Amino acid sequence: MKIMYFSWIREKIGKAQENLQPPNSIATAEELMDWLAHLGPAYSEIFGISTRSVVRVAVNLHLVDITHAFAPDDEIAFFPPVTGG
Amino acid sequence: MAIRLQDTPFSPGAELERFIAANPDAGGIGSFIGKVRRSNSQGKVLSLTLEHYPAMTEHMLREIETQACHRWPLQSCLIIHRFGRLHPGEPIVLVATAATHRDAALTACTFLIDWLKTKAPFWKQEQILNWQTGDIGSGWVDARAEDEAAAARWE
Repeated sequence: MKIMYFSWIREKIGKAQENLQPPNSIATAEELMDWLAHLGPAYSEIFGISTRSVVRVAVNLHLVDITHAFAPDDEIAFFPPVTGG
Repeated sequence: MAIRLQDTPFSPGAELERFIAANPDAGGIGSFIGKVRRSNSQGKVLSLTLEHYPAMTEHMLREIETQACHRWPLQSCLIIHRFGRLHPGEPIVLVATAATHRDAALTACTFLIDWLKTKAPFWKQEQILNWQTGDIGSGWVDARAEDEAAAARWE
């Protein structure tokens, strides 16, 4: 699964994207964040329960709710609220 | 309907002239230009770097334009948005609309920029010269509650 990071989330994790293999039981964005939070200190700082409210999720180029169920081939991106314009 | 994402400067004046010439039957042209601010509460802005998510930005801007043309009788609209490194005063975004009458042109223009600011995946990082300390540092610009409120009124 390809996961992309942007802005200060990308800076904190130290990479713009990575390919990860979460367990098959992980089906929603929320469950994915629970799993990511355990990958290391930077991840838990961002995806931990008390801090993740600022994280936005996009699946296949669309913003989605954290309850959104994704497929194994989906492109997933995590980023802070956007500031264009 | 046109969308341009670019890492090179553009001239809003020249683009608007071109847009007006391309829509000779439009009685009303609406427009908005967003520029890099020169300072924030902490100090002087030395530069602005705009990060974006290329595939999603294109997709969202197209969706925003489609929405605008669906809601209002527009003859055409244009969004030009920079990414990369910009300097104070430089144009970041141009939104332009063409319609028969002014109400659709102006209202749709406001809608386009309000939605762009909450849905298009760009993130701004400012390089700041701190007034108090004289230090130079970088900071990510926070999203504003006012922008969310402005977008929500169109729901």
